[in-house]
Amino acid sequence: MTAWAFRRSPRGSLLGKVVAYAVLIFVSAFVLIPFLWMISSALKPEYQIFIFPPKWLPQPIMWENFHKALTHLPFLTYFKNTMTIVVWTIIANTLSNAIVAYGFARLRGPGKDVLFILALSTMMLPGVVTMIPTFALFNKLGWVNTLKPLIVPFFFANAPTIFLLRQFFLTIPGDLEEAAKIDGANVLRIFWSIFLPLSKPALATIIIFRFLDAWNDFMGPLIYLNDQRFYTLALGINFFRGEHQIQWNLLMAASVTVMLPCLLIFFVAQKYFIEGIQLTGMKG
Amino acid sequence: MAAPAVPAPVRTARKRDMQRTREAAWFYACISPWMIGFLVFTIGPMLVSLYLSFTRWDLLSAPSWIGVRNYVKMFTDDPLFWTSLKVTGKYALWRVPAALAAALGIAMLMNQDVKGIRVWRTILYLPNVVSGVAVAVLWMWVFNKDFGVINSLLAFIGIQGPGWLSDPGWSLFSMTIMSMWTVGGMSIIFLAGLKNIPQYLYEAADIDGASSWVKFTRITLPQLSPTIFYNMIMCVIGAFQTFTEAYVMTNGGPLNSTLFYNFYLYRNAFREFKMGYASAMAWFLFVIIVVLSLLVIRSSALWVYYEGEKK
Repeated sequence: MTAWAFRRSPRGSLLGKVVAYAVLIFVSAFVLIPFLWMISSALKPEYQIFIFPPKWLPQPIMWENFHKALTHLPFLTYFKNTMTIVVWTIIANTLSNAIVAYGFARLRGPGKDVLFILALSTMMLPGVVTMIPTFALFNKLGWVNTLKPLIVPFFFANAPTIFLLRQFFLTIPGDLEEAAKIDGANVLRIFWSIFLPLSKPALATIIIFRFLDAWNDFMGPLIYLNDQRFYTLALGINFFRGEHQIQWNLLMAASVTVMLPCLLIFFVAQKYFIEGIQLTGMKG
Repeated sequence: MAAPAVPAPVRTARKRDMQRTREAAWFYACISPWMIGFLVFTIGPMLVSLYLSFTRWDLLSAPSWIGVRNYVKMFTDDPLFWTSLKVTGKYALWRVPAALAAALGIAMLMNQDVKGIRVWRTILYLPNVVSGVAVAVLWMWVFNKDFGVINSLLAFIGIQGPGWLSDPGWSLFSMTIMSMWTVGGMSIIFLAGLKNIPQYLYEAADIDGASSWVKFTRITLPQLSPTIFYNMIMCVIGAFQTFTEAYVMTNGGPLNSTLFYNFYLYRNAFREFKMGYASAMAWFLFVIIVVLSLLVIRSSALWVYYEGEKK
């Protein structure tokens, strides 16, 4: 049997297995080598960056690269700004999307289907179409060079997250709700004390994805933040790159540092990533 | 209770109406954050942007109406516009089929009885959790002509690698390679789809003595077509939204070889403050994406198979 059949039979042919492992090893190398290269470079003294053949194990290991890279620019300030955006958008995004998704999953009202399709269709709208008027609006409000334009929109839900949460809410059995209704609980109470506690896995998923998106966002901060005091980490790294394109070891140290929280979260909370993929990617 | 004279069926009907009205009121209350956001951050800006595309506007003075001049200039008098369109189109044309094929291939391999599936899955998904500037910077170093890891590895086997990002003949291709780094995320979506295909279809095919190729084309592909469809649309949209790579890694160069559409639009809007012209570009992009999506959706009737559908 070859790869085409991929039947989960107890004993696939040896050839199929060999091909499978060979390809997986090749792909894994393609994934891992850039990471290893980055870490190795981040720990090298500067002169070892430019030798051939390259050394994979730096000697000596320059831990102080991290110190140098992170104190050269006010990265602590950038970190605080980024975290402000992260925390606020997580709160706003979770609450607004949960209540909207609950409405779409569990309540009936005229025009519901049309509204839902309208919401979904906004997923295809390229961000640049609304970018300029939105910028003009925030500019008029005097919010340019504040973190507000990067936070406030998240209080108003967004289609992909609504869709993901709605898919999850649809799987919650109706009995509990009926029982609560008979006990006289109103919609908000059912939402708050029944749905939210039951939805922890889905909420964890959207919180994690929001963290990653806010942490890595570049275009938003680039447009709205010109003053270094308000820079996020992404802008900081970009600024650092402009100054230090030759000091690759320091630049890599800064990059490793910025990637680290994302990787840690992934390793700790892997099952929520898989959950998120299954909720969004499978049956549309 | 208020009107005991009314017969019971009418009473319950009225009560049901009231309940329905109340439920509808709750429904609208619950979705109101989205409705407000939709008006303020989607429909409103969309219409304003359409209006702006017929004006000249530098953000400081009032927009002045110039009719279709922005569009005329775009199509007849701005070679860079066409360059950016070509660059983005070429990139999508390379990236989408390559990503779909690679992701599906990897998913099928993982769907065999490979050992350590969780470890493979973790490794393959890893690049998807990092993105943005840090990744762009990392790949600049990987692609570095003299000391990057790719050219160092090539040098071991006696090949002198090109300037991956500094040679205009290679730069866009290099960005396509880089985009393949995150292909594992798509694989995992495919893997979930593969696990959903009922096993008995393959067993029945085995009894009929079908070859592997026949099973792939007659069972796997049709059964997986909704997932392929979803991934394809997402990938096309993603390709057209490329920005950070162009901004950070190449600044659109060398010789405009990576002048992505969104990057050129950004440059018009926020470096040259041609807000009207940039709005026209944004609307044209919107039209392209709608047309492409419609094409995919229309054609999907021919090749996407949904369970329970009659053929």
